[in-house]
Amino acid sequence: MIPELGNLALMLALCLAGVQATLPIVGAFRNNARWMALAGSAAAGQCLFVVLAFASLITSFIQNDFSVAYVAANSNTLLPVFFRIAGTWGGHEGSLLLWTLMLALWTLAVALLSRQLPRATLARILGVMGWISIGFLSFMLFTSNPFERTLPGPVDGRDLNPLLQDLGMIVHPPLLYMGYVGFSVAFAFSIAALISGELDATWARWSRPWTLVAWMFLTLGIFCGSFWAYYELGWGGWWFWDAVENASFMPWLLGTALIHSLAVTEKRGSFKSWTVLLAILTFSLSLLGTFLVRSGVLTSVHAFATDPRRGFYILIFLAIVTGGSLALYAWRAPKIGLGGQFSLFSREALLLVNNVLLVVAAGTILLGTLYPLFLDALNLGKISVGPPYFEAVFVPLMIPLLLLTAVGPFLAWKNDSIQAVLGRLRWLALGAAVVAALALLVFKTSVMVAVGVMLALWILFATLSQVVQRLAHAPAGASLLKRISRQPRSYWGMVIAHAGIGIFVVGVTLVKGMESAQDASLHVGQSVTLGAYEFTFSALKKIQGPNYIAARGTFEVRRGADGITTLHPEKRFYTVQKMPMTEAAIDRGFTRDLYVSIGEAAPDGAWLVRVQHKPFVSWIWAGCLAIALGGALAASDRRYRMGARKRAAASPPISSPVHSFL
Amino acid sequence: MKRFALPLGIFLILLVFLGIGLRLKPQEIPSPFIGKPAPAFTLTQLHDAQKSFSPKDMLGKVWVLNVWASWCAPCRAELPALMALTKEAAIPIVGLNYTDTRLAGNKWLASFGNPYQLSAFDSDGKVGIDYGVYGVPETFVIDKSGFIRLKHAGPVTEDDIKDKFLPLLKELSGG
Repeated sequence: MIPELGNLALMLALCLAGVQATLPIVGAFRNNARWMALAGSAAAGQCLFVVLAFASLITSFIQNDFSVAYVAANSNTLLPVFFRIAGTWGGHEGSLLLWTLMLALWTLAVALLSRQLPRATLARILGVMGWISIGFLSFMLFTSNPFERTLPGPVDGRDLNPLLQDLGMIVHPPLLYMGYVGFSVAFAFSIAALISGELDATWARWSRPWTLVAWMFLTLGIFCGSFWAYYELGWGGWWFWDAVENASFMPWLLGTALIHSLAVTEKRGSFKSWTVLLAILTFSLSLLGTFLVRSGVLTSVHAFATDPRRGFYILIFLAIVTGGSLALYAWRAPKIGLGGQFSLFSREALLLVNNVLLVVAAGTILLGTLYPLFLDALNLGKISVGPPYFEAVFVPLMIPLLLLTAVGPFLAWKNDSIQAVLGRLRWLALGAAVVAALALLVFKTSVMVAVGVMLALWILFATLSQVVQRLAHAPAGASLLKRISRQPRSYWGMVIAHAGIGIFVVGVTLVKGMESAQDASLHVGQSVTLGAYEFTFSALKKIQGPNYIAARGTFEVRRGADGITTLHPEKRFYTVQKMPMTEAAIDRGFTRDLYVSIGEAAPDGAWLVRVQHKPFVSWIWAGCLAIALGGALAASDRRYRMGARKRAAASPPISSPVHSFL
Repeated sequence: MKRFALPLGIFLILLVFLGIGLRLKPQEIPSPFIGKPAPAFTLTQLHDAQKSFSPKDMLGKVWVLNVWASWCAPCRAELPALMALTKEAAIPIVGLNYTDTRLAGNKWLASFGNPYQLSAFDSDGKVGIDYGVYGVPETFVIDKSGFIRLKHAGPVTEDDIKDKFLPLLKELSGG
């Protein structure tokens, strides 16, 4: 009964999405206030029904209703309740439902928080989001219904993929989808602006906080996936340039370009048509990512059930959404105009270079991801493109970008003098270069490591010096706290995000350049050394988990005479899926991680053991979190809330209670 | 104003490639097993643990080995095609019941139909590993001298039977 209710709720949501997608847009065209006002109610109703559908699916999982095919494929009676709930989005159909839920929530948030927008604009925005919703709801109902029954149902389910039975993997998809779907808001703003032909600084100001929040979620989502891969896949890698990872990284790169170009459009009125194009492309790449993952055109370690019928549907959807909006762009963008002029050496120019580099980087990744497909389509053979390609093209693009990240905040808008900026920056550059040279000479690092360290320090020094300079400009006698709070939050957001990039680069450089690993075949009682560390395999115990059995090793780690820690890596066997899993044990530290994983046991009782020393790997995670925090701070800037308040007061007929969490 | 249409142009080209890509199958890697002897094994039969089965029993016959499991939804989808194959070609199909339980497997056959002459019971999936199975269902055609002649990954469709299986089976049986 409950699955049928869920199914019905989805159908009703689709009907409401149909209303939301048509009447308000027509109403905006004909200036019919009642039709425009329908957008908000339709969005709220649709959200209610999608929430209901999602709750029904969760209930089916909790109740172990294996007559629902999707539940049978992704759950099991032995699975703990916590993971059963997470199983809701563990497979294809449920992920789509989660995606749709996110979209419904974002749409509702836009409807509630944007009452200060002109009615026609809001109606168009919600209408565009309604179209996207129709796409996903009908995709689910016609090709991938999570509520489909198989009668008679099996006695027990197939269990959730053991790789997904982990906290990191539970929060990863929702965060990622919050990001993907969040870009639909900027997309809808852009399409609405193209339709109406009104595109000004206020448009950029409205789009900015939404885009920042989406970008922050995407950052966190990618971080979670990478963090999870590091400890769960059992061999200590954290980024694989896999097609599915690339699918999430490309929108991130374009989203990063978008938040910077939105800043230019807001402050200076320039880059308008470019910003609109970026907003379209960012969301299109989010959709393309879904297509690549769900259609099976590319093989990937992310083994999803693939189905050509689904792929065909998404392709058509992609053609309509992206093709339609790019056609609209080609038709309307020439009218938008170019906005303010700027000189070759100005913040605008620098941000333009930043945008070009980010877009080219996303383009090269797209090329690398699709290259096997191009060759196969042209009948030139089956190949795969691996990390060497991506590193070879991505790193050279990132070096100038990182150099410029430090310079940007120092430059004035419109025009600046090269001499003045160089004068401020030369000591910082020298400092970073000296430390890098020391690293090269004293620690005998490779040139790549020295370059990475130099870039990271360059960013960190420059960001710090910019903060000091900015804080110095305050009325004499102001306390430090006062000085800090005088600066807008968007400024602190930028500072923290840029510093996060510096921290991230330190981590990536040192892990890639200095990590070491040792494989050994050990009996209990034996030990292996790695650098200054000695790992002793002191015990092995069999343990019984809820849906797995495991061998659990105990490793004493010593450095000279000092005991450092005791680690417990596991080799698990998930009995329902008959799948072995490696649970690595990690001793995390500020300057290094110690990483132990155990593999297969040989017939003579020796275990294959891999021990790794990973310098500064925590800095990668710290950097990502700082970048996301920067996004959150910038999105919460006072002027977005103030703007909302002022406009609400200025136009009494549509004034509303102030919603101020954005 | 042409430059504003450039993104649309690039996207349309991309769309064409994605469309072609949909019709390709990157999973269809040429199998290293083609032309090699079918790996030997001896397993108990699914419906009767007392009886056993080995590919040696089939020497001198052209036969089809189909890997299936009760938890596998596409296996249910290919059942009609397999039924049609037994009718049209009079070729024995042997099932390899892969990482399943006897109870679930037999119940599944009873509920949805049984195209198999018999099913070998590969509970821990070891035989599957020998045959390079990486997804269920997979189907092999094995000739009279015990060599693998065709490997088909994913569910078998009626079109596959007509275009792929029947011509090959005819050729192998005739020779």
